[in-house]
Amino acid sequence: MFWKIVLLIWMSVVIVAIFLLPPPQLQLGEVSRIFFFHVPMAWVAVLAFLLSFIYSILYLREKDLIYDNRAKTAARLGLLFTVLATISGSIFAKAGWGSFWNWDPRETSIFILLLIYGAYFALRSAVDSEEKEASLSSVYAILAFLTVPFLVFVIPRVYQSLHPNDSVISSSLRLQMSPAILITFLASMIGFTGLFVWIFKLETRVNRLMDESKEG
Amino acid sequence: MEIKSSNWVVKPVWILFKDLKSEMRNRYALNTIVMFALTTLTVVSFSIGGFSLNSRITSSLFWLVIFFSSMSGLAQVFVKEEESKTVNLLKLTASPGTVLVGKLLFNLVLLLVLEVVIVPLFIIWMNLSILNLPLFFAVLLLGSLGLVCSTTIIAAIISKSHIKGALLAVLSFPILLPLLIAGIDGTRLSLESHDFSAGFGDLGLLGSYVVVMFTASILLFDFVWNE
Repeated sequence: MFWKIVLLIWMSVVIVAIFLLPPPQLQLGEVSRIFFFHVPMAWVAVLAFLLSFIYSILYLREKDLIYDNRAKTAARLGLLFTVLATISGSIFAKAGWGSFWNWDPRETSIFILLLIYGAYFALRSAVDSEEKEASLSSVYAILAFLTVPFLVFVIPRVYQSLHPNDSVISSSLRLQMSPAILITFLASMIGFTGLFVWIFKLETRVNRLMDESKEG
Repeated sequence: MEIKSSNWVVKPVWILFKDLKSEMRNRYALNTIVMFALTTLTVVSFSIGGFSLNSRITSSLFWLVIFFSSMSGLAQVFVKEEESKTVNLLKLTASPGTVLVGKLLFNLVLLLVLEVVIVPLFIIWMNLSILNLPLFFAVLLLGSLGLVCSTTIIAAIISKSHIKGALLAVLSFPILLPLLIAGIDGTRLSLESHDFSAGFGDLGLLGSYVVVMFTASILLFDFVWNE
């Protein structure tokens, strides 16, 4: 309960701060504020994908359906945040680069992430027994995750990037960020990660209770 | 009983021969895959007509034909075993790893036969001039190997589900995408330049893709097979 209230206040403050604190960027103007929503959403989408991968490995090792439940929940939330990141990014792209979709490397990668999640849930719905569903989808999640490093190397070779050259984490860009921008950005990252953790916990608990009530 | 260490060489080859033999009886997978490839290739060739395309589009079309044709036939190796209820017998006679390698070899043979038919036709119909033959074949071979590595394990996954037909393409595409992009890029280079070393980047990617996917398949196959 306590953490929920903290999270509520934190997110409210962050959202207000995003609209007030950082100065509008030179070329983009007010649109640049999407950045503070878009990047954390994309980060959470990737985090969910990683979690789903880890829980899939754990499931195959332990054969405990709790891990499969977590892997599934992480994937479901990952799908949600991937869609959100894609939409917000698309609006951002329209404002910044003139068109909604350009097959820029990161647009390509997030689109592939969408495809992977789609395939993952298509597989889950195509299997009848629960244990079978769990191990087959775990194997698929692991296989899908293993292709990520290849995508990171292969896509930039073929498609040119429109995104800023330095990623957000890199030091050169961090120096360019003014303190107001940096603080808002980090606060937003923490807020969205907290939001994800909270929904994740809630969702796994609901799933577990539903499983238990089915058995009982 | 043979010696244990030779198991990994002998058993997969047995399984390969068993599958080849049963394939020869009805040629189901081979007929499907070759006819599908031929149809796709004809559609592509008709729709282009007399136009000459640039090398980028040609190489994309080339890999598209290979991708969709392999989707039509490569799932058969495991689906066949499920449908004819011979899975349990196979489980008793061979360890999971050897089954996977055997099935992988069979799919590779199938894909190579397909390519023997399709590549010359593609070159003739699309009026291709390949400047760098060694690079072209190196990319094709490594690409096929990677394609087979990924599709075989996914074929095993979908053989356990109840919609077997359409699922292979859906599940394979995101996983094969890096391979397809590298393959298309490598083929394009082989059409454009004489320089073999230009393709090293793509060949390296394809090679490491093969290694990663093969290792992952071997490690994960147990969980799929004994489900």
